[in-house]
Amino acid sequence: MNDTVSSSSEVTMASMLRTERMPHIWCPGCGIGSVVTCFAEAIKRSKIDQDKLAVVSGIGCSGRVAGYMNFDSIHATHGRAIPVATGLKLANPELKVVVFSGDGDLTGIGGNHFIHAARRNMDIVVICVNNFTYGMTGGQVTPTTPTTANASTTPYGNYEYPFSLPFLADAAGATYVARWTSLHSRNVTQSIEEALHKRGFSFIEVIAPCTTLYLRRNRLGDGVDTLQYYQNNAVIKHGIDTRETAIDFQGQIVVGKFIDREKPTYLDAVNRCNAKVIGDDYQLYGKTEPEKKAEEEQKAAQLGAAAA
Amino acid sequence: MNIVTADPKGVDAGPHFMDGDHAIAEGGLAAGCRFFAGYPITPSTETAELFSERAPGVGAMFIQMEDEIASIAALIGGAWGGQKVMTVTSGPGFSLMMENIGLAVMTETPMVIANVQRGGPSTGLPTLTAQQDMMQARYGSHGDYSIIALSPDSPQECFDLTIEAFNLSEIYRTPVFIMTDETVGHMHEKVVIPPADQIKVVERNFYKGPKKDFRPYGFDSQGGHPMVRAGDGYRFHITGLTHNERGYPVMTPEQNKIVVTHLIEKINSNADKIIRLDEDQMEDAEVVVLSYGITSRIAVRAIQEARKKGLKVGSLRLITVWPFCEKRIRELSEKVKAIVVPEINYGQMVREVERSAAGRCKVVSVNHCGGAVHDPLVILKAIEEACR
Repeated sequence: MNDTVSSSSEVTMASMLRTERMPHIWCPGCGIGSVVTCFAEAIKRSKIDQDKLAVVSGIGCSGRVAGYMNFDSIHATHGRAIPVATGLKLANPELKVVVFSGDGDLTGIGGNHFIHAARRNMDIVVICVNNFTYGMTGGQVTPTTPTTANASTTPYGNYEYPFSLPFLADAAGATYVARWTSLHSRNVTQSIEEALHKRGFSFIEVIAPCTTLYLRRNRLGDGVDTLQYYQNNAVIKHGIDTRETAIDFQGQIVVGKFIDREKPTYLDAVNRCNAKVIGDDYQLYGKTEPEKKAEEEQKAAQLGAAAA
Repeated sequence: MNIVTADPKGVDAGPHFMDGDHAIAEGGLAAGCRFFAGYPITPSTETAELFSERAPGVGAMFIQMEDEIASIAALIGGAWGGQKVMTVTSGPGFSLMMENIGLAVMTETPMVIANVQRGGPSTGLPTLTAQQDMMQARYGSHGDYSIIALSPDSPQECFDLTIEAFNLSEIYRTPVFIMTDETVGHMHEKVVIPPADQIKVVERNFYKGPKKDFRPYGFDSQGGHPMVRAGDGYRFHITGLTHNERGYPVMTPEQNKIVVTHLIEKINSNADKIIRLDEDQMEDAEVVVLSYGITSRIAVRAIQEARKKGLKVGSLRLITVWPFCEKRIRELSEKVKAIVVPEINYGQMVREVERSAAGRCKVVSVNHCGGAVHDPLVILKAIEEACR
């Protein structure tokens, strides 16, 4: 498995998976596998160097993705995928770091890291499979569970107000925000591909079914019924004000690309600030070797010109 | 083990007048640390401040994270991104770091964490000294493991031991703690930073073999299994779950036995190599004062006074607090009348002394609830009573 060569022209789905770890743990009808397929397809289409791609997950069903994908990967503690990804990216800025996790992991226990990484415009991609539930632990309520929905810890219905994740990401400063459902595989693939090429904090939410817990507990049928629900209730509204993206129980799901803006990344900001204050002595942090070489050559040429 | 001399970029050689917190930052930079993620907490902030000031000049990254949980998570990412990494904190932040200290232990990720201890529990005495996190350093994260912790007694040692901590963290692929305290952290003294060519630094053992043969772990009860850097094409996987040598989850009692035994034995079986003690006037000692950190500086005074009175007292200072020097205590317990253990807590390391002495000599705890150092007379009194 590990001898797969990324530069090979044969980039197959299998080459991106640790196939020796199959079968996976996901239930029949679960949406996570569909999103993984989209992710793999997006990686292939993006033509990024797969040796420079790192995947970080937290805990939960979606948190298992880091372990199944054949890239440098870290399966971190619950909620901490984003700060681990931040460390990876800053220690080795050549990396393209993707966080793949679930709604409970990223916006419950990891909510603080989510907003701060967006605020800093950390140059990472965050893919959140939002199935409205903590699946691994048995279907408890999450910060995104729609009000009135039944969960194992809200047996009489959810009385809390859920987050709308695109609104949260937008308000916190993300430079790319999109939401789709697991039915929208082509759109999910396209959004992930765009995010892989985007410099800055990119957030893609994919609403997906949890058949075993959320659907069954709420008597919503099986995975196919949910895809039917997505088909009938998802409305594409690109560029809509993210305040309009709340999801009511079995209500309309606004999907689309909501935010795509340019802003200096964290590292851009570090370098810009330090270069301005410290001046010529400052060595830009995190430049790739060719970039560094080009800079040195340019400096040498300037010195040469000055001497002449 | 690849020992090299320090990168001169990180070494501010020469005599300095600096406090312990600053010396920790200088020690980290001298050891080759180029990644610091931290969160402000009294009385440790000066380390982060100095690192943030020095970082651009040495090509290092400093980031102030949103909390201590994020700080240590970022260190795990930073280490697997190929850097030597460190952070600094105090009691409350140390508590917040505990879960991911476990992840660092489990994934055998080298890093250095300095704890400039203050009085607790809880918010306690933010600006006042203590040594109350000694047991938390050993047992704070859940599950079974072993850990390395060093305790400097001066700003000079803060510098020296931070370099040693980095070296140990690379040799044994483990988090290493600098367990200092507010007094040493804020005490200004002369610190001599040697020239770079006199500083020995252990480089990371990067794997160099064929890609398909790489395994992130080797469960041989030793340290030093090679690592790789994310982005170099090895496609490594690490997880906090119980795993095999490839890093894949294998959640069975049999595999957990292999992993836990390795994590504990790689440190415990090398304890003789790791442990450093500073002994003084031990030749004729009938009573030994065992101390560490700032308390050892107070103990010196008490021992001097006791010697003036003709009492045969020696000093055993722990430079390495974990793993504990149980073998040495066992030897001493057969020779001496008593071991007196002053520490700025209600009696933590003294339990280890009692366990190791196992009733062969008297063990006297001289406890202190924190907020100040001992009055040397209190230690003297304990010595006098022990001599009787």
